[in-house]
Amino acid sequence: MSALIVDRIQFGVTTVYHFLFVPLTIGLAFLLAILETMYVRSGDEKMKKLVQFFGRLFLINFAIGVVTGILQEFQFGMNWSDYSRYVGDVFGAPLAVEALLAFFMESTFLGIWIFGWERVSKRLHVISMWLVALGTTLSALWILTANSFMQEPVGFAIHNGHAEMTSFFALLGNPQLWVEFPHVIFGAWATASFFVLGISAYQLIRHYHVDVFKRSFKVALTLAVISSILVALMGHLQAQHLVKAQPMKMAASEGLWTTSPEHAPWSLIAGIDVAQKTDTFSIEIPYVLSLLSYDSLSGKVQGMDEIQQQYVQKYGPGNYIPPVNITYWSFRIMVLAGVLMILFALWGIVVVRRNKLENSPKFMRVLLWSISLPFIANSMGWIMTEIGRQPWTVFGLLKTDVSNSPIVSTGEALTTLIGFGLLYGIMAVVMIGLMSKYTKLGFDVEEERDASSDIASTF
Amino acid sequence: MSLNTLWFILEMVLFIGYFFLEGFDYGVGILLPFVGKNDLERRMVLNSIGPVWDGNEVWLLTAGGAMFAAFPNWYATLFSGFYLALFLMLIGLILRGLALEYRSKNPSSRWRNTWDWLIFIGSLIPALLWGVAFANVVRGVPINAQMNFTGNFFTLLNPYALLGGIAFLLVFMLHGSLFLSLKTSGDVEARAKKFAMQMGIPVAIVLLLFVIFSYVPSAVFKYSVSSALVFVIFVLAFIAVFSVRFLVARHGGWAFTMMGLTIALTTLGMFLGIYPNVMISSTNPKWNLTIFNAASNQHSLFVMTIVALILVPIVLAYQIWTYYIFRKRIKITDHMDY
Repeated sequence: MSALIVDRIQFGVTTVYHFLFVPLTIGLAFLLAILETMYVRSGDEKMKKLVQFFGRLFLINFAIGVVTGILQEFQFGMNWSDYSRYVGDVFGAPLAVEALLAFFMESTFLGIWIFGWERVSKRLHVISMWLVALGTTLSALWILTANSFMQEPVGFAIHNGHAEMTSFFALLGNPQLWVEFPHVIFGAWATASFFVLGISAYQLIRHYHVDVFKRSFKVALTLAVISSILVALMGHLQAQHLVKAQPMKMAASEGLWTTSPEHAPWSLIAGIDVAQKTDTFSIEIPYVLSLLSYDSLSGKVQGMDEIQQQYVQKYGPGNYIPPVNITYWSFRIMVLAGVLMILFALWGIVVVRRNKLENSPKFMRVLLWSISLPFIANSMGWIMTEIGRQPWTVFGLLKTDVSNSPIVSTGEALTTLIGFGLLYGIMAVVMIGLMSKYTKLGFDVEEERDASSDIASTF
Repeated sequence: MSLNTLWFILEMVLFIGYFFLEGFDYGVGILLPFVGKNDLERRMVLNSIGPVWDGNEVWLLTAGGAMFAAFPNWYATLFSGFYLALFLMLIGLILRGLALEYRSKNPSSRWRNTWDWLIFIGSLIPALLWGVAFANVVRGVPINAQMNFTGNFFTLLNPYALLGGIAFLLVFMLHGSLFLSLKTSGDVEARAKKFAMQMGIPVAIVLLLFVIFSYVPSAVFKYSVSSALVFVIFVLAFIAVFSVRFLVARHGGWAFTMMGLTIALTTLGMFLGIYPNVMISSTNPKWNLTIFNAASNQHSLFVMTIVALILVPIVLAYQIWTYYIFRKRIKITDHMDY
């Protein structure tokens, strides 16, 4: 096994793991700000309890997002030093801005929010959560500015063998960013709204403070409908952009080896034979790929074979086809999860309209399990976009096999992969344990905090 | 002044901010088992840094991000070269951050003890390793013509660097005890003060040893623009830390200020000691990384300068304001969130 493979596995594991927690943080900060605003306006003490309840779950999640975020930033230098040298000039700037503008804001105001219930005014308190929400959103904007550069490099020139920034505003105006950023943000809102929906549904099933959890259910449902539709729409726009900007990723995500006919069908499922460069079977829906790509019933979509030939001419000999199976299936799983989210959200509206929130235990159970859907979609989306970009780290500019650190050995990389991997596993178990514990505890937590057991004797 | 020099200074400011702020957080974490003898006292200790530690840690993230943006080669060489040391530090930081949030979320004493140990270890490792790392940066490490580190983990564990690690560790512990003496009350405050009284002089002596060894045996700072100026800065740092012992009993605020000054001056001395280099190659001085060959182009530096000039004052303003909000000493009877 080469160091490169281990570096790549570590990057993938770390990034996907980190991004399990990030969207919930972004979306839940926003939802908490809404709920707390409702509390401040109404003065209803039960709403305060509700905010504090979801606040506890928020913090349990936030903690892991923060600590894995440090590694997320440091791993570029640790495992990808040649990448860092090559693009640091361009890529480092958005990361630095992210820290200065977003990380300080979210961490400082979250500190005020957690510890400030008794110390600052209600208004300042709710403003703090709005600033946390703003901070997390800005954080997404800047890290995606950096990622968009990897998908579609702009605002740079090659000097002395590496990329140099020529226009900061070009980075910010990257067309890729403005389809990617809204897609991620709406995805984050959908994640949090399904989380709050599922937890509220659980409380409704066991008839726990029904009046309050009905309110959180309705607020979350509204956001779930809006965000699950918008995330799909932005995904559609992103796919259309992909056809132009990264046609190879598009073709791979469709398992499309040869260029499609004028009216391109969409492959629902297919058996992909990478060795023979063909699909063993494919169930297709006519016209839909043209429709998805161009909003029209006609329009060819280029296949991998043709793009491969073009890239060989443009970039020199090599294999420019990404791992097709992963790209194809991650895309389909993401879409399936997204479709289910839209359906469940709309069904939720029907249930609320019929006034049957308390008498639909089956649907409530479905919603509880649906908490997992956005997490699946988020992970699959990143896997599709990052694997689908291979063999490049920066599309058209720098290949993955020359990006990693030349001096980090396989053994060293394996050591850290195993170390971090074990830690991630333990953290997930502890986190899920705490989440379910505090969900069950509901509003009755005071005695949990104050254990007077004498600790020093056992330390 | 060139933008390269300006960014060297900014990088130093970020590290001073990080060592000053997280320095006392680490100290508090290391002292946790020694100044908190029961659960309530422990919680008082943790709540003293509760509202601020995460914001303090962002100074490290910003220092890392700024290094990446302004000096990509410095970032690449340092982070890939000190790979396993950084791995250990990250494990420490991850466990510590998680422990601070989770420790009081379960009343079982086994649960809380486990997390308290992790806070102790997770604070100790980064405090020690930053000393080791900085001592190695100023001492020089094997770096080849391609700017890559050619040593291994054990190259970093030389006696001079270990002395640096111990010096950093002790300085942060003293810093933490002074912070606790200002922010807590009762027995915890008394124990923190006692620690500062006992350790003030020994810490000063270790720091002095570190400075002496920086000059005498290994001829550190041989590439520095002005080693005399660096020496004066270190002497001032020594005087500052020496004064702590005599201030802590009656003038806690001044003692803390002097400790802050010690940290700022020591960091300043180390940065000035290598300027205009950022990494010294012990293999060949020609292969030193400097503020020029490690830097981004002028457009990047210019853009980042504008961004920093706008944002750093705003960040400082609201962080200081947070300390103002939470300025009160914590009493054992207070409502505590951690």
